Amino acid sequence: MAAVTRCSFHLVRRLLSHQYKRRCVRVQTIKTHKDQQPPAFLSKLNNARLFHTTSAWRGPILQFKLSDIGEGIMEVVVKEWYVKEGDKVSQFDSICEVQSDKASVTITSRYDGVIRKLHYTVDEIALVGKPLVDIETDTGPEVPQEEDVVETPAMSREEHTHQEIKGHKTQATPAVRRLALENNIKLSEVVGTGKDGRILKEDILNFLAKQTGAILPPSPFRETHESQRPKEKQPATQPATQPAAPKPVLTTKDVTESLKGFHKAMVRTMTAALKIPHFGFCDEVDLSRLVALRADLKAISEARGVKLSYMPFFIKAASLGLLHFPILNASIDEACQNITYKAAHNIGLAMDTSQGLLVPNVKNVQLLSVFDIARDLNRLQALGSSGQLGTSDLTGGTFTLSNIGSIGGTYAKPVILPPEVAIGALGKIQILPRFDSNGQLVKAHILNISWSADHRIIDGATMCRFSNLWRQYLENPASMVLDLK
Amino acid sequence: MVLQSLCALRAQAGASLSGLPAALEHGGPGAGLVLRSLSTDVFRNLALEDWIHDHVDLRSRGVLLLWRNSAAVVVGRHQNPWRECDLRLMRRSGVPVARRRSGGGAVFHDLGNLNLTFFSSRGGYDRRRNLRVVTGALEALRPGIDVRATDRFDILLDGHYKISGTAAKLGRTVAYHHCTLLCSADRRLLSSLLRPTCPGIHSNATASLPSPVQNLLDNDPSLTPDGILQQLAEQYLTEWGVRGGSVVAVQPDEQSFAGIDRSVSELRSWDWTHGRTPKFSVHTTLELADPTSAEVCTATAHLEVKSGRVESCKLSVPPAWLPRAACADLAASLVGARFCPSEAAAAAAPFLQSEPRDVDLDARLRNLCENIVALM
Repeated sequence: MAAVTRCSFHLVRRLLSHQYKRRCVRVQTIKTHKDQQPPAFLSKLNNARLFHTTSAWRGPILQFKLSDIGEGIMEVVVKEWYVKEGDKVSQFDSICEVQSDKASVTITSRYDGVIRKLHYTVDEIALVGKPLVDIETDTGPEVPQEEDVVETPAMSREEHTHQEIKGHKTQATPAVRRLALENNIKLSEVVGTGKDGRILKEDILNFLAKQTGAILPPSPFRETHESQRPKEKQPATQPATQPAAPKPVLTTKDVTESLKGFHKAMVRTMTAALKIPHFGFCDEVDLSRLVALRADLKAISEARGVKLSYMPFFIKAASLGLLHFPILNASIDEACQNITYKAAHNIGLAMDTSQGLLVPNVKNVQLLSVFDIARDLNRLQALGSSGQLGTSDLTGGTFTLSNIGSIGGTYAKPVILPPEVAIGALGKIQILPRFDSNGQLVKAHILNISWSADHRIIDGATMCRFSNLWRQYLENPASMVLDLK
Repeated sequence: MVLQSLCALRAQAGASLSGLPAALEHGGPGAGLVLRSLSTDVFRNLALEDWIHDHVDLRSRGVLLLWRNSAAVVVGRHQNPWRECDLRLMRRSGVPVARRRSGGGAVFHDLGNLNLTFFSSRGGYDRRRNLRVVTGALEALRPGIDVRATDRFDILLDGHYKISGTAAKLGRTVAYHHCTLLCSADRRLLSSLLRPTCPGIHSNATASLPSPVQNLLDNDPSLTPDGILQQLAEQYLTEWGVRGGSVVAVQPDEQSFAGIDRSVSELRSWDWTHGRTPKFSVHTTLELADPTSAEVCTATAHLEVKSGRVESCKLSVPPAWLPRAACADLAASLVGARFCPSEAAAAAAPFLQSEPRDVDLDARLRNLCENIVALM
């Protein structure tokens, strides 16, 4: 280490003009506040980077040659670059990944500095012993970065590097320096207990403990590797401290990213929906009898292996209503010239999945029993949660119900999904006081329904009559039995 | 019993990173340690490999990790899973695909396949010596068996059946070399899964070299995975001069190995297993069929996929079959979606659904979409 620092000192001396050579100036990079260590949850490859402001003059550009991989291998394939030209790297940061006969090798940087040139592109063959990257170093090769700008007098030739601040000499081994650096500690503020006031590792740890009030047991592994692995997996028990320093300014910036995936899909659907003149119609439904019915049937259904919720009843009631009002199950063409009355009642259910809002539909509800609908819903829900809904499930819908109430809300203003012409949004089921036919106050299970319809072909009266019919089926489930097909 | 004493020691050590302080202290310089994972989840075991690579001091002592997984296909770091295995069949059979951090080719793992990972310092990295442990163990169990390591670090049985493949990862100061050992794997499943998902993939990703394989159990019914495991441990300890060592069983959970859960979820994520594929293109023909009139038509599809997402999509369909504008719109709706059937279906659904169309046109468009999704 001594020889190295002496070497860099000479390099610096040579670069200075004559008048300053009397006092050897070692201009060191100023550490900004940005080098707080990132939280430990970043992956190993995203190692911490120390940001340094570049000094007034530039360092030499060194060619980092691809070192011997071993086993007599002379060439490798470059598979992935972790840096690009202009990136700052620290010693031991990962630079690239190369592959040689089934061995994947991570090449790490030997120097601190800025990447100036990548000699190979991905999938090119790199030769051992030839330059891999050009790195412009800040102060010279193999010198651990020092803190603070200092003016030091002529370098003494002692074994350890010195740092003179305000007239005090602080001695510390490079390993101790690195530890201080990682924890943003100024060596001038640490009391050294070693020989000649030398700062020892224990002094740094004690200093940290006092600052944070925590006991920081050094991990057995780190103790032996203190000078070799400064960047790997900063343990969470060593928080960075900045005693008596101005508060770091965290600037959060706007983040812009292109629309992808389901956002794009929603934009498309909703832009098309905008062309439809919507009108809304809302009502409340007393589900007290339905609640009792479902409670009875739940056990039977589960015995058959199917979970029974309220949705199958809502869907079947809607289909029964559509038989009387087929215009709500229709589609109008682009030029608004023709109405197509769809034969199948493919009732869609708006589902909140990991991929966003998807609307799979149950096909041919007019032919299905409540139990069949429940079974199909189970299937769609399982596919939706595992992200496996296919094209046929997601297309072909003719009417939609949205159960937003399962998350919350009472009344809504749903948007029609073209090419459909109507949609219903179900609020949550609330227990509210209502007067029954005898004028008695009773507990009622109330659901709010909000319909939206295409006013080009559907009028308010039609929607209202359909809603009344739907409500009647649900308020008195026994009436559904009369019209079941 | 070993685990209990380890737990007690760990409690004493407090915030110590390692879950195996006693085991690691055991033995002097040149010693080796044998660990056996109690997990059969491929992602957890791969995460355990990473954990040992990152946290264990390997300068003075090497570690051998023995592990087995339930059925999975493991592809190499720079490989293309769509080219290496039949992802559609795997989704139907519930077999996951995993990507390891070392290079090399694709392998099929199941409980009849034994995995060995030899951890050492960078200087102590010696694949030949490691494979000698394997061949030595097999010869000790069954004298006269013909097992040989090749130049490519495969192990061949009887001169031409591959029973073991190798891959390695070299870091700055540590390295690991892992290899498989086919004891009693399901060969039928292996051969049906290790074929491409779809034709027409052009890629610079590492290609696998298929080889004929055989199970050790087929050769000799006495060679069971457990028996081989025990012998391997003994052979390793003998090779590294450790006396009185034993196999330490470890449960790779968050409690004993801090940070492993995060590693597991990263290895399990789609962005790692599929998204890390080097850029590739798919150029193939599609056989379209009209569901109602039973007419057929041939079209071509060309997709560029980068980081697992469709970067561009070009469909060439005869204009008599489908209008050019509709095909272009369908292709445009797929751009930016992941190259995965459910996401592609979700991306195309609004386009297919939202515009009122002629019924026949609609059916043909849907058929085209399904054909494209079938490529993924």
